[in-house]
This record gives sequence, structure tokens and C-alpha cells, in this order.
Amino acid sequence: MRPLLVPAARTAAARTARARTAVVLTVAALALAGCSGGDPAQAEAPADALVIYNAQHEQLTEEWVEVFTEETGIDVVLRNGSDSELGNQLLAEGADSRADVFLTENSPAMSLVERAGLLAPVEEATLGAVPEQFRPSSGLWTGIAARSTVFVYNTDELTESELPTSIMDLAEPEWAGRWGGAPSGADFQAIVAAMLELEGEEATAAWLDAMASGAEIYRNNIVTMKAVDDGEVPGGISYHYYWSRDQNGTKENSANTALHYFGNEDPGAFVSVSGGGVLASSENQEKAQEFLTWLTGPTGQQILGEGYSFEYPVASDVPAREPLPPLAELGAPVVDPSSLDGPAVVDLMTDVGLL
Amino acid sequence: MVLVALVAVLMLVPLGYVVTVVLQVGVGTVAESILRPRVGGLLVNTVLLVVLGVPASVVLGVGGAWLVERTDLPARRFFTVALAAPLAVPAFVMSYGWASSAGWVQGLGGGLLVAVLAYYPMVYLPALATLRGLDPALEESGRSLGLGPWAVFARVVAPQLRLATVGGGLVVGLHLLAEYGAFAFIRFDTLTTAIVVAYQSSFAGPAAASLGVVLAALCLVLLASESALRGHSRLARTGSGAPAPAVRAELGRWRVPAVGALVLLAVAALAVPLLSVMRWLGATDASALERLPSTVGSTVVLSVGGAVLAVVVALPVAWLVTRHPGGTVRRLESAYYVASSLPTIIIALALVTVTLAVAPGLYQTAFTVMAAYALTFLPRALVPLRAGIAQAPESLEEAARSLGVPPLVARVRITLPRLLPSVAAGGALVALGAANELTATLLLAPTGTRTLATQFWAATSSVDYGAAAPYALALVLLSVPAVALMLAQATGRGLR
Repeated sequence: MRPLLVPAARTAAARTARARTAVVLTVAALALAGCSGGDPAQAEAPADALVIYNAQHEQLTEEWVEVFTEETGIDVVLRNGSDSELGNQLLAEGADSRADVFLTENSPAMSLVERAGLLAPVEEATLGAVPEQFRPSSGLWTGIAARSTVFVYNTDELTESELPTSIMDLAEPEWAGRWGGAPSGADFQAIVAAMLELEGEEATAAWLDAMASGAEIYRNNIVTMKAVDDGEVPGGISYHYYWSRDQNGTKENSANTALHYFGNEDPGAFVSVSGGGVLASSENQEKAQEFLTWLTGPTGQQILGEGYSFEYPVASDVPAREPLPPLAELGAPVVDPSSLDGPAVVDLMTDVGLL
Repeated sequence: MVLVALVAVLMLVPLGYVVTVVLQVGVGTVAESILRPRVGGLLVNTVLLVVLGVPASVVLGVGGAWLVERTDLPARRFFTVALAAPLAVPAFVMSYGWASSAGWVQGLGGGLLVAVLAYYPMVYLPALATLRGLDPALEESGRSLGLGPWAVFARVVAPQLRLATVGGGLVVGLHLLAEYGAFAFIRFDTLTTAIVVAYQSSFAGPAAASLGVVLAALCLVLLASESALRGHSRLARTGSGAPAPAVRAELGRWRVPAVGALVLLAVAALAVPLLSVMRWLGATDASALERLPSTVGSTVVLSVGGAVLAVVVALPVAWLVTRHPGGTVRRLESAYYVASSLPTIIIALALVTVTLAVAPGLYQTAFTVMAAYALTFLPRALVPLRAGIAQAPESLEEAARSLGVPPLVARVRITLPRLLPSVAAGGALVALGAANELTATLLLAPTGTRTLATQFWAATSSVDYGAAAPYALALVLLSVPAVALMLAQATGRGLR
């Protein structure tokens, strides 16, 4: 039975009871939340660990970090993402960023962060180990590796004489529907940025327009290569090392394919520089600089020359992993890595509907 | 009430984010970035997906539930479970299973195939529960008035299934709008996949947000059409006494096709993805397993944390709605539903932007990930809690009070223990969703944190299907208890 109360008193009593219930339930549940406890991130990462925003291949950076930590005792945590995502994220975070080091696959994202004034100068000793063509004149970041643009093709579908002589040929009607690429990826966007620098805006926009209507679109370079291997499309634009890794392993995604290097300083022979930089806002300046020095030093570069990645070493005179053709013989066009304009490429791609 | 209102305001942060972007960037600029052919194409894909995918899921879900519950189908027990089981296979694992074994699964057709197979159980389970709870006396009346079995289904059973169908259809529709992983796999572009790509090319910039406006609008349209379709007729059973067991329709010559169809469905939704995972498991490197234990650990911590948070947020509002209903409370509750109907990609973008601007201390913390889970999956906690509170008789509390127990103590000692089963059920459902969540986790997770979903995703992005397989399997196994719980609830054998 409900207790007998006059209406006004009853409402007031009900309201108090209601409020109390809400509070008790909340407190009880919060207590439960407390018991479940534990920040999983803190469990893994020591507070003074070097935080690397890593847009390079996770597996490669882990090879690096493992040896670096072993040799120096400095712990490292990785936040993995893509070039533009992490670059723009650093811009959004500004001085609040917890990142100490930024590693990219291509230079446009690094230039983006550089132009925002977020990078600290790289130490002279580090820069001394890297030839000038692989770093910007500003000295605010340095090249750490390089990769070459290639045309990967299915050997049952195309003979050597049928291959395009320039990447620009792919915009011709005869190539419509016969090649593929991954325009949403930073790799492809870097290639287009080089094209923009070398051929100008009009030619690049026309080329992208032809791509939007005539090319098969894939999620990333490996998926492009797999599609070429499966005969879904005769050829595709990619970087060299996806093919080298697969050939060195199971060949399951590249058995029916070969690589065509454009050479002749064609925009399609573009060699993209992967960058490393130290954030000016980092409270770990010394360790961060130490990491870059180590990365461009003999041990860091040796991992490129011998390890899993098949990317080109760029510093400390370390040769590329066999059987890659030497970097100097690829006939790459001369492009200043800090001149590449990533956001302009994204705008052009958005205009033609590729993004 | 104030507390609930405060939480409701926090819940509306993602919607507020979308509105703010429009105002900040300017309606003109947003319109310009929306009104272009590419977005038109994405919109067509997305709308087609919902317009075709939802009815297909309803047909499979309701048809399956009717066959196992109201006909003389052989092996009914087996099919009852087999039809619910695909819920344990996350949509992106379904997509991986199909795409890695059948190259033709691509584009709209492929997207529809994997999404419908992954999501039809969300209609099947409520339909099953409704059919179990229906009083067969109504169907008998229909039959006695001369209706054949089809007419009975169409005129008596189907109207009663309306709530379950429309509600389940809405859930499927919202999932289709928000799905990223399953479609990114098979080259099918929707608004959501395009937002993720825009995020990857420009972080949380205006391009991603403008597309987000369109997507949010679609979600609200879907939500509005659900409440219009839901109707207001009362279908409750009146009178006392236990309902008689239902008379099962005889399938006759339809028996073989019916069994064939269900077997086909089970093969497509279960056998194909699971066998595919097993096949790739054979190609797994031992090195891929190194991270598995710690990844399972952080997945469990994050999803349980999200579940606890969702229950905390849902409990007060569920209490108010059940015990003290009224206009304001109803409006608060619908604010919760609106907030949760937004796709995780928008919730994640909003949390990235808002934490950076307002609460940098919360940026990239486990708490923010849990908050995203709670925001996304809140209705999963709210629904069982409401039912639980409604079933905890107020009179028991009053009896205790009349015996001199203070009201608050009575509530804690009498009512709270009765709520624990619904707390567990709601929490389990949220945790299930959170463990399979990909998009928000990718954007918000603390630096260095890996979950099963993000590890699976990283491996499949480099077409390393072998390395992805153990994570896919772990996701499926982790989901099994929650799915079993859902099935037990739908068939009336829940924790009560």
C-alpha cells in the first residue's frame, strides 16, 4: 500500500526519492567502472617513452625500433596512421601534441607540418650523413628512405613493347579501363604531386580527369598489384617495394607480374623521399634527435638494405637490398622534396571526383 | 532529472559538431562540397544499399523466424540457433571471408550480399521473440473464421510483427549507413567509406565533415521514417491465463525448398566466412600470434569499459522513463536515440575535434574510446534496462518501506538486485558491439593501443590474409557468449 500523503507532499517526496535514486545508481555504476579499471595504454607505454607518429610501414618501423631500443635503452611507442592523416592531425594538435618524432612514407605530409612551423631543426651531424637531394634545404627534416614509382603489369596481358613510355600516356583513350591505381593513398598522391611540380596544373588536372573516368580504383598499392596479378586489370601504378617483398616471399600477389620503370626523368620515374622530423613541441628533444641520427646512421640504414622492407637506403652510403636496381640508375626526375604540395593534389583529386 | 538532462546534452555533442561545422565553414561552402557528381554517386550507392538491404534483411529475418517458430520444419532447434549465429561474425570478417575466397564479391552486389548476411539476425531475433510471445488464440480465431495459413500470416501474425520488423529494420539500416570495414574490402564506396578516405587525406577537415552532414541527415530520415511506420495500435494480449502452444503450419511440399533455403543461408552466412578464416589460419605465421594475448586484453578492457559507461548513462534515464514517465523524460530519451543513430565515424570525428579544443586531457585516452562506444551502443543497454525496471514490481519496494525500511535502502536492497540480469544483458550487448568496432577505435585509440579489430584491419590492408585470420577467429569466439545471451533472451530463456 502507498503511504497516505497529501498530494503536494507526495510530489515533493517523490521528487527527492527520484533524485536520490539517480544519484545512487550513478555512484554505484561509477564504482563498477572504477573496478573495471586500468588504462590499457598506460600499461603498455612508459610515461617517458619516445612517441613516434608513424606513417611508414608499421613492420619496417618496428624493425627499426626494436634494434634502437636494444642499443640505446630508449623505449618507443608508435601511433600508426597514413601520411596525410597524421600530418593533419599534428596540425590540429599544434603545440599540445604528444608526438616527439614524425616519420612519413612520402614528403608532402612532412612539408605540410614543416610549413605549419611545428618542426625543430635537425642536428647537423644527422644532416651530414644524408646527401642533399634527399633532404630539404631548410634542414627541418631529413630523408630516411626512398621508393621508386613503377608500372606493375600482368605479363600475360601486356608485352614489353605495349608498355606506356610515360606515365602521362595513361591518360590516352587507348589506356582507358586498362590500368589501375589507389588515389586515396598518400603514395599515389605523392606521385601526382611530383607530376604537378613537373608538368603543371593543367596537364595534371587533365590526367586526373582521365583517371577518374578511365582507371580502376583500388584501396591501396597491394590491392592494385593483386588485381593486376589476378588479371582483373592489365597494369597499375605502384611503388617498387610491394612487388619486391611479395617476390621475395610467397609471390601469391605478384607471380604473374613484372615491373616497368619509366626512367628518362619521366614524372612516372619519380623517386619519393620518406621523411623524419622532430616536433618543436616535444619535451624529448634529445632522445628524438638521437633517434633520427641513429635512423640515418649505418645501423638504421642497414635495416633498409637487408631487412624486410626493400625500400632504398638514402644515407651513410648503405647499398640497396639485392636484387634492386641501384637508386642512381633509375633515371628519376629532379624534384625538391620540400616543394611537393599535398593539399593542392587533394583539391585537384576532389575536383575531378577521385576523392 | 538534471543529471539525465546533462548527460543528454553531452550525448548530443556529435550532432552539435555537425551543425557547428555547417555554420563555421558556411552553408555555401558545405553545399559546394556536397553538390558535386562524386557525392551524388556516393549518395546513390548509400541509398540503394539501404533501400535494397533493409527489405532483404527483413525477408530473411522474419521468414526464418516464422519457419522455425510457426511451421513443422525439421531440425527446428538447430535452425533456431544457426539463424542467429551469424551475429557472432562481424561484418568486416564476413566481407573478408567472402572476398578472400570469391573475387566476384565486389561493388553494390557484393556489398549487399555481405551486409545482409551479417545484419539480417538483427531482424530475426526480435521477430523470433515476438512470435514466441504471441497468443496463438488470435491465430486460431482467424482460422476459425475461415482464413487459410497464408491469410492468417498476412492478416493476423504480420501486423503483430510490425514493431519487431520496423525496429529491427531500423537497426539494420543504421548499421548499413555506418558500415566501413565490410565495404572498404570489396571496392564499394558509400558515404561512410568516403568520409574515412577524406579523413585519411585531410584529418578531421571540412571535407570529411561536409560528407558527414549528408550522412547524419540520412540517419535522421531513417529514424523519422521508423517512428512513422511504427504505428500506434495496441497489440498486447489481454486476459489472464497461460497462452496455448501455437499450432504449427504444415509445410507439405514446401518442406524441401524451405529446408534448402535455410541450409543455403547458413552456408552463406556461417560456413563460408568460418571456413575461409580456417583456411587462412593455415597460412598464419607464428609471428602474427605474438601480439594476440595483449590485443585480446586491451579489446576486453576497452569494450567492458564502454559497456559499464553505457549502463551508467542508460540506468537513470531508463529509471525515469519507466517509473516517472512524462513529456520531458520522453524527449530526453529520444535525444539519446538520435545521438546514437549517428555513425561511429561522425561520433569519432566529433570527439577528436571536441576533446582537442575543449578537453585536451581526454584526447587520445581510453576514456574517450569508451565514451564513443557508450554513445554508439547506448540503445543496446537502454532497452533491456527499461524492460528490467518495468518488471521489478514497485509494490515490493513499498512493502519494504511499510515495514520501516528507509526508501533509499529499500530501492538498493529490493529493486537493484532484480535489475542485475538486465544490467548484465545490456552490458554484454554493448561490449559485443564495442569489441567489433573499427572506425572509432582507429581514430580515437590511445597511442600504442591495439584491438583485435584494428590488428585485423592492419593485416588485411596489406593483403596479409594469413596474419588477419587469428584476429578474425578471436573476434568470432569473443562474440559467442553475447550472441548466446541474446538468443536466450529472444527465446524466453534469458537471465530472469
